[in-house]
Amino acid sequence: MEFRFTEEQQMIRDTAEAFLSEVSTAAAVREAMATERGYSDALWQQISEELMWPALHIPEAFGGLGLGFVELAAMQEQMGRTLLCAPFLSTVGFAVNALLVAGSEAQQTAYLGDIAAGKTATLAFMAPGSRPDADAIQATCRSEGDGFVLDGEYRYVLDGHTADILVLAARAPGSAGTEGVSLFVLPASTAGISREWLPTMDQTRKQARIVLENVQVERSACMGEPGQAWPALAKTLDLATIALAAEQVGVAQQALDSSVAYTTERVQFGRTIASYQAIKHKAADMMLKVEAARSAAYYAACIADEALAGGPLGSGLAEAASIAKAYCSEAAFFNAGCGIQLHGGVGITSEYDIQLYFKRAKSAETLLGDAAWHRERLAQQLLDGGEA
Amino acid sequence: MKLSFSPEDERFREEVAIWLADNLCGEFEPIRFRGGPGDEHSFVEERKAWEQKLAEGGWTCIGWPKQYGGRAASVEQQVIFNEEYARAGGPGRMGHIGETLMGPTLIAFGSEAQRERYLPGIRAGREFWCQGYSEPSAGSDLANVKSRARLNEGTGQWQINGQKVWTSLAHESQYVFVIARTDPDSSAHKGLGFFLVAMDQPGVTVRPIEQLTGTSEFNEVFFDDAVCAADDIVGAPGEGWKVAMGLLGFERGVSTLGQQMLFQNELDEIVRVAKANGAACDPALRQRIAEAHIGLRIMRFNSMRMLSGGGDDGSLQKEAMIYKLYWSSWHRNLGKLAMDVLGAESEIVPEAPYGLSRLQSMYLFTRADTIYGGTNQIQRNIIAERALGMPREPRG
Repeated sequence: MEFRFTEEQQMIRDTAEAFLSEVSTAAAVREAMATERGYSDALWQQISEELMWPALHIPEAFGGLGLGFVELAAMQEQMGRTLLCAPFLSTVGFAVNALLVAGSEAQQTAYLGDIAAGKTATLAFMAPGSRPDADAIQATCRSEGDGFVLDGEYRYVLDGHTADILVLAARAPGSAGTEGVSLFVLPASTAGISREWLPTMDQTRKQARIVLENVQVERSACMGEPGQAWPALAKTLDLATIALAAEQVGVAQQALDSSVAYTTERVQFGRTIASYQAIKHKAADMMLKVEAARSAAYYAACIADEALAGGPLGSGLAEAASIAKAYCSEAAFFNAGCGIQLHGGVGITSEYDIQLYFKRAKSAETLLGDAAWHRERLAQQLLDGGEA
Repeated sequence: MKLSFSPEDERFREEVAIWLADNLCGEFEPIRFRGGPGDEHSFVEERKAWEQKLAEGGWTCIGWPKQYGGRAASVEQQVIFNEEYARAGGPGRMGHIGETLMGPTLIAFGSEAQRERYLPGIRAGREFWCQGYSEPSAGSDLANVKSRARLNEGTGQWQINGQKVWTSLAHESQYVFVIARTDPDSSAHKGLGFFLVAMDQPGVTVRPIEQLTGTSEFNEVFFDDAVCAADDIVGAPGEGWKVAMGLLGFERGVSTLGQQMLFQNELDEIVRVAKANGAACDPALRQRIAEAHIGLRIMRFNSMRMLSGGGDDGSLQKEAMIYKLYWSSWHRNLGKLAMDVLGAESEIVPEAPYGLSRLQSMYLFTRADTIYGGTNQIQRNIIAERALGMPREPRG
């Protein structure tokens, strides 16, 4: 048992930390978040073409680096720490995982190769006002000739207005729940798809609305068997959830670090406020949260590795994802909220960064199920099966 | 990162499990799952006999070097032993203070004569130890001990006077290790000595402290001219603090996974009750049961990190520094959850006049978890100062 980074993993983490601290500065984040697009093309090119980060856990056969989910989690954590504005979670956490789980070899060859070469992608499944379970899928797909016709509306699609490639979930007309679900992968430029940026409270991550009107796709765009895609989509969402949880660890860590730094400088009553127990104890609670969150996220990342490789621990994916997301969501929100409090008055100004972490913590909590949603999912497993 | 144990360790696990299945039965059946925290007063004689059974099988002190009767078991193997022990319902260990605290301290700081004198009795499960650290005015501020030790030139013995408190198993132990002031003019952590003292002597009086559970795990111990031999001091006079702190560093978390197995037993019982009485359908309680489950799973992941990470400089890693605050808070919440799941039935004591159920006793006793071994407030100071580098508290 070696539940810690290998030397190589530590190196990847350190490299990401060093690079991101240079490029994802407070000024760079503010510049990117003020745009509708939400990220700098030049930076994305550097990340994808020079560093090949989106190719991190894409197998070498498809032009990737062939590394594992732990490496991915290490990178997401650093992205969270610096609030990197880039379509990374959408492209890698959602779309790459969908292709790895559900894509045919032809789809993987085409699209994973594109992504490894710098294209962006995302996954759309949620209807307006829905929660992230099977009932969220309201877009429809009906067979027509050799292909399908897709209709419907998605909201909350990460980077949906800028992605080059779309993975779409849709259901057979009249089906409900986990039945009748299909997944498609297609270019965002396909006729009949309209996309619109949705302004968000957390400006560091962009969301979009996507409308499908009579979108005609070929049979080859369907991932796996039509109508049978729910298990693959559920697995994909669990994997994305774990990547997001790792990012939340980074948010929680930075909220703590910046608060310790601020309170160590701020002087009141002739002492730094960090010398007061009221402040120290709050900081200690924040450290407890972030360390426990880190344990949960990296355990889940190990399980994700197994799940992608077909290992024996992979059956624990949904549980590990829910444990990580429930805890990391609350840890990031707690730390960012306490962070504002510890910053005092400047915490609510736009000038200081802590407000950006507070907003990211909330958007990340909501995305892919908040803590209560994941606890209920675990409760069903604990309490609703078997004998009383 | 790798989550699984090696095949060699898995074989060790099997060996432990088989031995426990073959031996923790028959006369020992009644003590399965007994004698844990809050239940330490139960089945004392049977548990002492069990210690000797363990010793015969070579399952006491497995982490000790072979020359002192141990197995030189790796950290992984010690974890596995503790985990399997708890899974099998192994009773609370009467010998744990000797095995995990006294023994390693003597091996690190003791003289060869002290090791020869005291280690075999611990290893054989025949001699039990208790800990004489806290005093009425030395709780969180442990360095404020007032007990005194004076070398009597006439008898050639150390004479000890003072009072210790919160001493677990004092009335069941043959020996106590005591920190006391060798320099009467000293203060704080200077001028202390670390002594090995026999309990069965006129100068030592034990008085049980009745707790809110109605039972007495803890005691007061009074020393009135109690004596020990001139060479029953570990380290030199004045080095007591170093030895005392060294002792606290030995536990190193190998028992944490075993402790978590006990917690899992408690949580399983709560889930059973919830399913049976309908609490499992209450949305708020469902949330809290799931939260308890999440908390316990993460406690395990924390331990796995703690046990995997060998900080080369011996300093505590962050996941180790949060461990006490984390588990004690979690367990205290579990106690409250147990009562809320039981509902109205939680008030009814099964045996008159005050024979509490396991969950009731757990609920009440978990209020001690956030106090002993460093209160949550002290833990937060330690985390803030040592892990986060925030300013230290002023010390008198």
